[in-house]
Amino acid sequence: MQHGKYRFIVGFLVVPLALYAIFVIWPFVQSIYYSFTDWTGLSPDFKMVGFDNYSRMLDDDIFWKSLQHSVLLVLLLPLVTLGLALFFAFMLNVGGRRRKNATVAGVRGSSFYKIAYFFPQVLSIVIVALLFQFAFNPTSGMLNSTLKAVGLKSLQPDWLGDPNLALYCVMVVLIWSTVGFFVVLFSAGMASIPKDFYEAALLDGADRITTFFRITLPLLWDTVQSGWVYMGILALGVEAFTAVQVMTVGPGGPDYSTTILPLYVYQTAFRDAQAGYATTIGVGLLIVTMLFAGIVMRLGRRERLEF
Amino acid sequence: MGSTSAHKNEGLGRRDVIKRSAALGLIAVPTMSFLTSCASGDSGSDDKVEKGTKSAKNPLGVNETAPLEVVIFNGGFGEQYAIDAEKKYNEAFPKAPKVKHAATEKIQSTLQPRFNGGTPPDLIDNSGAEQMDMGVLVGKKQLLDLTPLMDAPSVDDPAKKVRDTLRPGVLEMGQFDGDPVWIMYYAYTVYGVWYSQTALEKLDATYPETWDDMLALCKKAKSKGIAGWTYPGKYPYYLPFSLYPFIGKIGGREVLDKIDNLEPNAWKDPAVKAAFEAYYELFQKGYILKGTPGLTHIQSQTEWTKGKALFIPNGSWVENEAAPTTPDDFKMMVGAPSSLDSSDKLPFGTIWASGGEPFIVPAKSKNPEGAMEQLRIMLSEESSKNFTQSVKSLSAFNGGTDGLELSTAMQSGVDVLKKAGDNVVNPRMQDWYVKLQKEQIGIAGIGEMMAGRATPAETIKKIQAFADAAAKDQSIKHYKHQ
Repeated sequence: MQHGKYRFIVGFLVVPLALYAIFVIWPFVQSIYYSFTDWTGLSPDFKMVGFDNYSRMLDDDIFWKSLQHSVLLVLLLPLVTLGLALFFAFMLNVGGRRRKNATVAGVRGSSFYKIAYFFPQVLSIVIVALLFQFAFNPTSGMLNSTLKAVGLKSLQPDWLGDPNLALYCVMVVLIWSTVGFFVVLFSAGMASIPKDFYEAALLDGADRITTFFRITLPLLWDTVQSGWVYMGILALGVEAFTAVQVMTVGPGGPDYSTTILPLYVYQTAFRDAQAGYATTIGVGLLIVTMLFAGIVMRLGRRERLEF
Repeated sequence: MGSTSAHKNEGLGRRDVIKRSAALGLIAVPTMSFLTSCASGDSGSDDKVEKGTKSAKNPLGVNETAPLEVVIFNGGFGEQYAIDAEKKYNEAFPKAPKVKHAATEKIQSTLQPRFNGGTPPDLIDNSGAEQMDMGVLVGKKQLLDLTPLMDAPSVDDPAKKVRDTLRPGVLEMGQFDGDPVWIMYYAYTVYGVWYSQTALEKLDATYPETWDDMLALCKKAKSKGIAGWTYPGKYPYYLPFSLYPFIGKIGGREVLDKIDNLEPNAWKDPAVKAAFEAYYELFQKGYILKGTPGLTHIQSQTEWTKGKALFIPNGSWVENEAAPTTPDDFKMMVGAPSSLDSSDKLPFGTIWASGGEPFIVPAKSKNPEGAMEQLRIMLSEESSKNFTQSVKSLSAFNGGTDGLELSTAMQSGVDVLKKAGDNVVNPRMQDWYVKLQKEQIGIAGIGEMMAGRATPAETIKKIQAFADAAAKDQSIKHYKHQ
């Protein structure tokens, strides 16, 4: 009964697929349609303008700047966050000094660190961004007060007010707020790696660095790859937008040094009342996102170890 | 997490699923699909309520039984003043149902779908961070011409038209091209250089009426470890609050008008250069509070109320906003821009003052007469006094401060307006070209200059290029001073 089988499957899938089509696919189609109009977002009448929005976008310096910053975020954020998270997770689970009766163990106090690292995850990104805004305050913020206290009074940057530092300040905040989640995720992954592997490696005389690169990382690869995708969502999506919107000069400044694609979409749509052009930039963002997803999926294709 | 048992193969399959769905989600999340929620609604029906009969008590011909819906921006001024005025409406029209009142901080998110659907409320206070773009609303014929209101007799004196009871510039601000009045600005804001009288007294100084005095005072303050100026470095578009009237004072009104009209080389006027160089000197001589480029408006105002800096460019809302950190003996005052030299076109006292809290009546309002009547009530002396007293701001009604006990800040606002007389300038850049004013002139231009990262000459060139681009851009609506 081959026919029956498919009918059975379709019967189960029709509701979720319909929901997906209505709430995901259809808005996409609409977005692409509106990107060819001069819709303001404030009134129901608009007309088709062909490729005007697209040619305007290609000539738009701010679009290219935003794109550049978004690409930088998508490259740097996952790399740094996942790198740090892997390091911390390794130290918490495997990196400790060898104790009696245990082949591998975390550093002392690792269960406390796990909670401490995870803590930022329970705070909403808006709160985190606001808190860091105080820390970055050049006159009385935590950072410059610390610099002053240790005698570096001459070295007191304007942080978010300095175009060379502002984007990195935003990145630090995003890394701080997400690294804990991945520490916990990777810890869970590491806990499921059989200890015999580590024992065998130790018997062969492998040190910690070798164990990490030869055993931990390969066996954790799938988790790392999911993490990469999640971080990509974050860097192109709402978290990065929120951090920039809440913290930076303007927002997006100083002098366009922190503007990113989602922010530019938002400003164009809701401040400049050019929803048509904003959807065009949104389509640009869609292309970037699809490229990123494609690259991640391709790079991720690896031989899978069975254990 | 401490478990050592391996989960074998089942985990891999599940991870695979999560990975793929995450990738799908990745495509979906950031594309702002919410933008498209409901653009193409129908244009709505045109079922307005029937007009009532005009009379001396009801000059606009309000339908006495029709409902009225008001949406208020719930920001610095709150909503109570509007509720009070709505009560007056119901007293005047006892047969009408209680005015439907709503207050929100999110004007655009709340009302945009209703505009698109053709069923907007009758009266809107279109203010705050989510203000709907007025230029677009006017351009798309979404607003009602308020001329009947302006020509109606005022509540207090039937011999006087409403238009003659307003403060200077308020009516003109509501016009975009030609005679129709699209917006009724209800609050009245005084912009300028804000300072603490007490802080000046401690330095044995009075407010500097010339720029040389300003520099001398800043020098004196610096020797005592106090900075001359601070400003919201994160929102450098506060600087024009004192810089634009300074330009207008040096070069006359025409310079500001040319800038607003986006005329070629408007920014290359010598008055602009002189004003920019004067402000840049503040940076060069180290009279700006260190770290200012990284401060928000609240943070810079706090440094100012703590006495770390003498002057801050701001608007009259600063009194309310800075109240939590202002010491009791602060004596907050506002000053007009100092004179650069004797060749200035306008006298000392020239100030920027303009309307705030823009009220609009949508073209598709069901009860437009009721909405205009509500505005007429708000523009009575009684309502205006109530507004001034409860929210500490002047209103568009010219007068309405007699017999009220005013704070030093408000009293100085009234005084500078009196001193200015007709020399009130009203640059329109910030309501005509929001992006140009805030992001381009403010942040990328003046902000960079005051942080010392660009010279006045470079800044003028940069701003002129932005203005030229805006003048050429067909996707934005252009306006001219009448």
